[in-house]
Amino acid sequence: MRAQFVMSEIGVGLRRNLTMTFAVVVSVALSLALFGGSLLMRDQVSTMKGYWYDKVNVSIFLCNKSDAESDPNCAKGAVTTEEKDQIKADLGKMQVVDKVIYESSDQAYKHYKEQFGDSPLARSLTPDQMQESYRIKLRDPQKYQVVATAFNGRDGVQSVQDQKGILENLFGLLNGMNWAALAVMALMLVVALMLIVNTVRVSAFSRRRETGIMRLVGASSFYIQMPFIMEAAVAGLIGGFVACAMLLVGRYFIIDHGLALSEKLNLINFIGWDAVLAKLPLVLAIGLLMPALAAFFALRKYLKV
Amino acid sequence: MIRFDNVSKVYPKQTRPALRDVSLEVERGEFVFLVGSSGSGKSTFLRLVLREERTSHGQVHVLGKDLARLSNWKVPQMRRQLGTVFQDFRLLPNKTVGENVAFAQEVIGKSRGEIRKSVPQVLDLVGLGGKEDRMPGELSGGEQQRVAIARAFVNRPKLLIADEPTGNLDPQTSVGIMKLLDRINRTGTTVVMATHDQNIVDQMRKRVIELEKGRLVRDQARGVYGYQH
Repeated sequence: MRAQFVMSEIGVGLRRNLTMTFAVVVSVALSLALFGGSLLMRDQVSTMKGYWYDKVNVSIFLCNKSDAESDPNCAKGAVTTEEKDQIKADLGKMQVVDKVIYESSDQAYKHYKEQFGDSPLARSLTPDQMQESYRIKLRDPQKYQVVATAFNGRDGVQSVQDQKGILENLFGLLNGMNWAALAVMALMLVVALMLIVNTVRVSAFSRRRETGIMRLVGASSFYIQMPFIMEAAVAGLIGGFVACAMLLVGRYFIIDHGLALSEKLNLINFIGWDAVLAKLPLVLAIGLLMPALAAFFALRKYLKV
Repeated sequence: MIRFDNVSKVYPKQTRPALRDVSLEVERGEFVFLVGSSGSGKSTFLRLVLREERTSHGQVHVLGKDLARLSNWKVPQMRRQLGTVFQDFRLLPNKTVGENVAFAQEVIGKSRGEIRKSVPQVLDLVGLGGKEDRMPGELSGGEQQRVAIARAFVNRPKLLIADEPTGNLDPQTSVGIMKLLDRINRTGTTVVMATHDQNIVDQMRKRVIELEKGRLVRDQARGVYGYQH
């Protein structure tokens, strides 16, 4: 009885304020889609950064057997144990070096697998094709050149790479876009909340007869408020579902088809469907709870109990 | 049933109190008329009993409970033991007669079976048997008020509050409503009725409480509307 009664009240309320409900759904959907999008962007950036990006500044890649055949820097053959020890000792003596981590080819293989997973390139790779390397953290990241000049061209060293140099600008851009998305989201969220408060006010006003009688015959305040809160929650949940659809469709058209970035930028490992799916419960939960809470607080003002 | 101890009520932003130092007691099973001109404090009196308002001074006890000490979340429980009827009926125009009465039970969570049993019963009691499926708009004023009384009485309240229930009705219809309220009173329900209707008060010869400018000026058993000079 109770449930059926409440459900029919909600239906009536939502239909009575159809335009307002629609506005709530759209604004909730947009703000949640932006929220989910910015979460996914962060995922994308951390996927691209790989294992070492945030941990070190400079990588010294050492020659392995296959480099010895193909790379002119490694013309003298794969790196030897003495060479490795010498490099390590020299690094230890340098003022700018904070920390040195040795990565074996097995570890390199593992980290590569983690980042690129099942891509065709990763599948054809074997551990002994991976290079050994020294990963170096500097006291001052700007001093990359000191290490580069010291080790470039040394026997057994294939190359010295500034870890951040290549991707820093891209990440800066993505980061900026992320903040912009969050700012727009915050704005949309405020709009959504104000719409919900207003919807609740109109709804409470148009049902003041019913609520007045409910009060007089002793309905609990929970029972009086429930239809209003549920109304907001249902509208919010619909908005949440729309946001989820936008995220899924967005990933599909940006990465797989349409823009098809996965084909155009095939060196970049893109986030998978699992990353998108993992965000959906959060988006739905916020879509449900945030409008319900907003309605709850609005009711304290507009509905006397 | 109702006890007022030195009750005063001043509304915010008003200097003149709506009630001043009113003390009285209404016993179980009584039928009480509350009379007085507009602005005499009748409505304030009823609002205090329903705990729509709180007193500025003094204490109101209803059904043995001190309303000042009753926490907000217990108020609905208290109101379930009161029934309320108004001059303007306050029916829901888009619900049938039966649904209007059932509404009072639905919203306090009564079971469907209970509702199905008690609604026809109470409609019979108010003389509207068989009119369950009519819309309020199709009924006369007197019949609408009977629906409102049915709704107020369906949860078997111990106390029925009526605020000018005959104010919108012609004299003959009013007599019918009074007979109904009298019958409800005889079932043991205490009735407090605010009214302007001199004939009714004079005919019924019940206890009369008169308010004037917020003061209790008369409390008379088997009284009449005005002083006889």
